[in-house]
Amino acid sequence: MTCESPPLSARRRAAGPVPKIALAQVEPVVPPSRFALGVSRLDAILGGGLAEARLHELWPAQADDAPSAAGFALLLALKAAGPRRAIVWIEQQGRQGRLYPPGLAELGIDPARILFVNAPDEKALLRAAGDVVRSPAAGAVVIAPAGPAPLLDLTASRRLTLFAERSGTTAILLRNADPHAPSAATTRWQIAAAPSRALEANAPGEPAFALDLVRQRGGAPSYGWMLEWDRDRAGFAPLSRDLAADAGGGYLAAG
Amino acid sequence: MLAEDIWRLDNPQILPARGEGDRDAQRRGGGGDPRAIRPTSIPLHRPSGGPPPRSGEDLPIVFVEKLNNAMRLTALSRAAMALGLTPNLTLADARARVPDLIALDRDHGAEARLLARIVAGCVRYTPMAAAEPPDGAILDITGCAHAFGGEARLKADLAQKLEASGITAICALGDTPEQARALARFGHKAKDLPGLPVDALEADPAVTLALRRAGLKTIGDLASRPRKMLAARFGDLAIRLGRLLGEQDRHISPERPLPPVFGLRRFAEPIGRIEDALACLEELAQEAAQILLERHQGGRRFAARFFRSDGAIARVEIGTGQPTRDPALLIRLFRERVDALSDPIDPGFGFDMIRLDVGQCEALTARQDDHLAPARHEEDLAELIDRLSVRLGARRIHRVQPENSHIPECAASACAPSQMPAWDSAPEGEPPMRPLRLFDPPQPVGAVMSEVPDGPPMRFTWRGRTYGITRWEGPERIAAEWWRRRDRGGRPRDYYRVEDEAGHRFWLFRHGLHETDGTAPDWYLHGQFA
Repeated sequence: MTCESPPLSARRRAAGPVPKIALAQVEPVVPPSRFALGVSRLDAILGGGLAEARLHELWPAQADDAPSAAGFALLLALKAAGPRRAIVWIEQQGRQGRLYPPGLAELGIDPARILFVNAPDEKALLRAAGDVVRSPAAGAVVIAPAGPAPLLDLTASRRLTLFAERSGTTAILLRNADPHAPSAATTRWQIAAAPSRALEANAPGEPAFALDLVRQRGGAPSYGWMLEWDRDRAGFAPLSRDLAADAGGGYLAAG
Repeated sequence: MLAEDIWRLDNPQILPARGEGDRDAQRRGGGGDPRAIRPTSIPLHRPSGGPPPRSGEDLPIVFVEKLNNAMRLTALSRAAMALGLTPNLTLADARARVPDLIALDRDHGAEARLLARIVAGCVRYTPMAAAEPPDGAILDITGCAHAFGGEARLKADLAQKLEASGITAICALGDTPEQARALARFGHKAKDLPGLPVDALEADPAVTLALRRAGLKTIGDLASRPRKMLAARFGDLAIRLGRLLGEQDRHISPERPLPPVFGLRRFAEPIGRIEDALACLEELAQEAAQILLERHQGGRRFAARFFRSDGAIARVEIGTGQPTRDPALLIRLFRERVDALSDPIDPGFGFDMIRLDVGQCEALTARQDDHLAPARHEEDLAELIDRLSVRLGARRIHRVQPENSHIPECAASACAPSQMPAWDSAPEGEPPMRPLRLFDPPQPVGAVMSEVPDGPPMRFTWRGRTYGITRWEGPERIAAEWWRRRDRGGRPRDYYRVEDEAGHRFWLFRHGLHETDGTAPDWYLHGQFA
């Protein structure tokens, strides 16, 4: 073994920088195809919808909003994957409860389409996410770490973006708090729950979300969107009919 | 040779006797005494309690089949024969004659399986053993008899073993398969070959009848006639006769298990690098793929063994969700498995042999690639599932299937990722009635305030925070599954969908009812909506 070490390390040195150069040179040649959220003004701000085959990052505004963020991530994955392709849900189990299949069906997501992957730790989560995003098999993948996920840094997000561009899989990174760190994601969103439009007898209505588009590549951020999910139409809609008129800049321009 | 869980019935008339023969072949089976055989694992058919009969000898058992729209007897036990029942009788007539008749459905599949087991057991005498459905077997014992002390002893040994396993069989020796067959099936009617009736030719019944009418009653009568006339009048009868008389030989197709697929490399000098070992494994995978391709098969389980020169053996196994023979995929899975080993493979002083075994083979026919995207995706997905299973363990990758239970935490269960269970879509025009996140077990919540004891919650505390409820719907009462419980009890749950001021939606339930003694039921948070 000792006599083999020098050539081995020499090879590593020689091989080390090559992938980095290759990574730096890979740039998307074709503009990505996009999927519309269904709210025309928001889609216009996004340049025609969210980009497929890219990484998008979401986090809940507060810990209580985590189910809303998970729901929004899954609905984005549903729209990105189209009608046929599989959705992969990679989760590191924490104290957030488990994804409930009948609840998915109630959101309009066929639970049979979802491949559940349970990662024991953050490292395994990241490797599994790399495998899924690199493969063209899945239409969309939601990556949900349990903790602050320090390994999911700028480099990791850049890698996921490059994999996604090559394979055509849309990756959605569902963090559980604002990371306060740079990321190569194409869009970054902060999600909160919003009061729903009440039904008869003051019953809670369709799922409602308050969104802040914190950052998008090549575009301006946009705050204060209030959307609700219309399962029967399989699209988002402005939450309030009154606010639909000025939904362009959000109901609160300042966010 | 055969396990004891077989009992058999004898029905001398059902399957009309047929001939057989072969020079060194020895035929065993139901010549003049064909049988219908069934495993005992069908106690549902037995009329009443008591131990299952070990043998059908003493009971009037008949097997029935639906023929021409009527249930007719097609196989009978000896006891049933003795009572005067005959094959082809309708079941209704048979019951009228013998009220305590035991009628069972005939199971040709079970008979075929038993025959296959018998043939497999006969491989101890010769590698050339073949089944002759429905009820016979042919053994080509050319060159095998001396190992058992001669043909007669081999035959006696076989007969004794079959008898011991409860199989009634008639064994005969012949020069050709047809000769042995004829002697086994019709040998009780004549002493020698020329004395056999013409039925032994097993020709068309009309032909047999015509021969009889012409006065040709035995094989000997027929053999003395010119063959050309027989061929002109009765077609293939001349060939049948030639085979029966041992003038022509027919080959049998023996049942032989395919040898296992494996590849092996020995090294004059042990190799010390795991990379080189994996490169060698890749060559073995390519060889195995070639063998599998020729067989139109793919492997589901692969095991690589690295034999170290000091005697230690490192074993690495992979499994795939679908049969495969793609060497590139295999080697990638093996590399991932090796990388993921908690205890890395130590080459020590080097490996001097590497062996790859394909443990489980399944049919995999070559397929032309088309340009339809969905098919491609499915294949990619199977590959992705395999890779994740190798990396994380198969239990961590699953899909979900619906379960038939009202209890929310039991309404879904994990299933294999290769399955595609069917889920009902939610009814239109309603908001989600089930949460996106479910807590299992439900989380207790405190300080629940209601306007009236049985009313909806107005405020609750969970994880140290208080939530004021502005919207609610309920209750949806889900009763405990009392029919599964020994005490027939269990408290009902009253579920409420509630929303707080900020828009967080929760699924709360009250466990039980308010009792007269003043104890209040507990509240739990079972899930959160998107």
